[in-house]
Amino acid sequence: MTPIAKVEGRAIPLGRKNVDTDVIIPAHYLKTVTRAGLGKGAFETIRAEPGNLFDDPQYAAAPILIAGDNFGCGSSREHAAWAMIDMGITAVIAPSYSDIFSGNAVKNGIVPVVLPQDAVDRLLEVAKDHPITVDLETCTVTTPFQDRFEFTMDPFRRDCLLGGLDEVGLTLAMEDRITRYEAQAGAERPWLAA
Amino acid sequence: MSIKPRTLYEKIWDAHVVDRRDDGTCLIYIDRHLVHEVTSPQAFEALRLANRTVRRPDLTLAVPDHNLPTTPRQDAAGNRLPIEDAESAQQLAALEANAPAFGIRYIGATDAAQGIVHVVGPEQGFSLPGTTIVCGDSHTACHGGVGALAFGIGTSEVEHVLATQTLLLQQSKTMEVRVEGTLGFGVSPKDVILHVIGRIGAGGGTGYVIEYTGNVFREMSIEGRLTVSNMSIEGGARAGLIAADDTTFAYLKGRPMAPTGDEWDKAVAWWRSLATDPGAAYDKVVVIDAADIAPSLTWGTSPEDVVPITGAVPDPMSFADPSKQEAARKSLAYMGLTPGTRMQEVAVDNIFIGSCTNSRIEDLRAAAEVARGRRVADNVKQALVVPGSGLVKRQAEAEGLDRVFIEAGFEWREPGCSMCLAMNPDKVPPGQRCASTSNRNFVGRQGPGARTHLVSPAMAAAAAVTGRLADVRDLMGASA
Ligand code: SF4
Repeated sequence: MTPIAKVEGRAIPLGRKNVDTDVIIPAHYLKTVTRAGLGKGAFETIRAEPGNLFDDPQYAAAPILIAGDNFGCGSSREHAAWAMIDMGITAVIAPSYSDIFSGNAVKNGIVPVVLPQDAVDRLLEVAKDHPITVDLETCTVTTPFQDRFEFTMDPFRRDCLLGGLDEVGLTLAMEDRITRYEAQAGAERPWLAA
Repeated sequence: MSIKPRTLYEKIWDAHVVDRRDDGTCLIYIDRHLVHEVTSPQAFEALRLANRTVRRPDLTLAVPDHNLPTTPRQDAAGNRLPIEDAESAQQLAALEANAPAFGIRYIGATDAAQGIVHVVGPEQGFSLPGTTIVCGDSHTACHGGVGALAFGIGTSEVEHVLATQTLLLQQSKTMEVRVEGTLGFGVSPKDVILHVIGRIGAGGGTGYVIEYTGNVFREMSIEGRLTVSNMSIEGGARAGLIAADDTTFAYLKGRPMAPTGDEWDKAVAWWRSLATDPGAAYDKVVVIDAADIAPSLTWGTSPEDVVPITGAVPDPMSFADPSKQEAARKSLAYMGLTPGTRMQEVAVDNIFIGSCTNSRIEDLRAAAEVARGRRVADNVKQALVVPGSGLVKRQAEAEGLDRVFIEAGFEWREPGCSMCLAMNPDKVPPGQRCASTSNRNFVGRQGPGARTHLVSPAMAAAAAVTGRLADVRDLMGASA
């Protein structure tokens, strides 16, 4: 995974609450065999609305999405995170997320920033015409107008994002412990080796 | 040294801790990994991109099931028939290529042992008591029926297990669901688990692993225990467990992947030691009297919407919780039902006997018993019987059950997930009503607009021959 320290640029001021994973990526895209290319199906139902933000050229390739409460609720499909990464989104700002989505986001290199509703409202306003900056080193979101909002994040998750560490890589670094466990369990329960 | 009494769950957990972090998260060793075509392609892709291998291909077993059509897979000359849906074909082809590329055992679409992963695992003796089992599928809970700690995982976790044979997990709380007494005439394991879910609610088990105890489960067959444990997830629990006993050992002995000889004896001794210690405490206990359980079914779009077959469609206002009232109103609008209607007056259009919940030999026997000598009612548009595996199909055919179904007007199909989730061509058409032995009655689960009533295999057969939701007890014992 690419390490992320800062995400800067335009932010799509979506603002809606309860955006579920069916909205992020509809079920008929689940038959895919790769993580790539899902961006074309992302937010399909919203894109069907005339004049929607996702088709507005000024937000083309925007790296940030701003949403309302409970972002990513519904089915656990990891395709939601893959679809957003494929669109180029690497940070989301919202007052809250579903647990599964925020876990999937971090696993796939998306920063899920939690800010109170009033901060989100201000950012929605600014994002209409100006870029914003999510800084993971300082845990702040800033605008060109002196706004500075601090957020907190689980230190393990933050380290993973900053270091571009994937969980698989971290566990593989514990290889000796896994091997030791296998030797011991294999001696106690030899029938496990299939 | 005195050891604190532990539950079955705690003993399995403790035996699988590779490493414990300060925050209590544990790195847990995974003994068995089942893989199917839907949730694995991106995991294999990620391994390939990172130049990683599968750590223990010998502990991994791949079987296609979700997308496979249930129509014949080979022509008369034995040539594979093409799969029409291009995306299904692509997912199936990906698994067929990934399994050998990563050295994983693969039971292919035309193999006699092919079937739904959760039917194949126990049937092959791959799923064993006291093991940790995962699969990228929420109904992995099923394998708890043989006393394994089994649960569903997401695709990143599939990748994690393939690469490391471990998972980072937080320990769950424990819930005991104890059912004691004598089950009434015509009451099956499916009715027991529907009743339990109706009682604890669809979210009642969230954060818990359920252990099913009491004489009802001790006296239940393995097929029945698998049915019960399978639907733990419908009660919100990630896993269910039933302690392995002589019934379990008799079921597993001699299965192709089960231990043999000395190892078998050692294994049995260890499996016996896992039973919950006297005095061990559960975080929550639910006690149910077996006599209270009737043949049951669902009326709404949540698996907790359960009534006995003698009951009626409830009035949304009868629920205390306003959000449940609202949910019930929406459910009834979707289901096309009016409060107060007796369940037995509701006509059905479709019958589905299958899925990882109810597609084993005993399920087919129970359904065939009711169908024998009767005819599928004229108003029923389609009645499907989909065995859970090729081996179940063969056994059923050896017992003549296929003839019973076909003569009654059912279609006898090839194994797979089929109409349980409608990823293959078997779908309930919009607005039609299905009596289904599967596990989820969610909106659109069996196809867009499909209306699902979850029932036992015998009740599904009763619905087929009467053309409505029917009390199987009225048909049992009485000849046609
Ligand atoms: S039968 Fe249904 S519930 Fe079981 S694995 Fe297949 S799709 Fe899932």
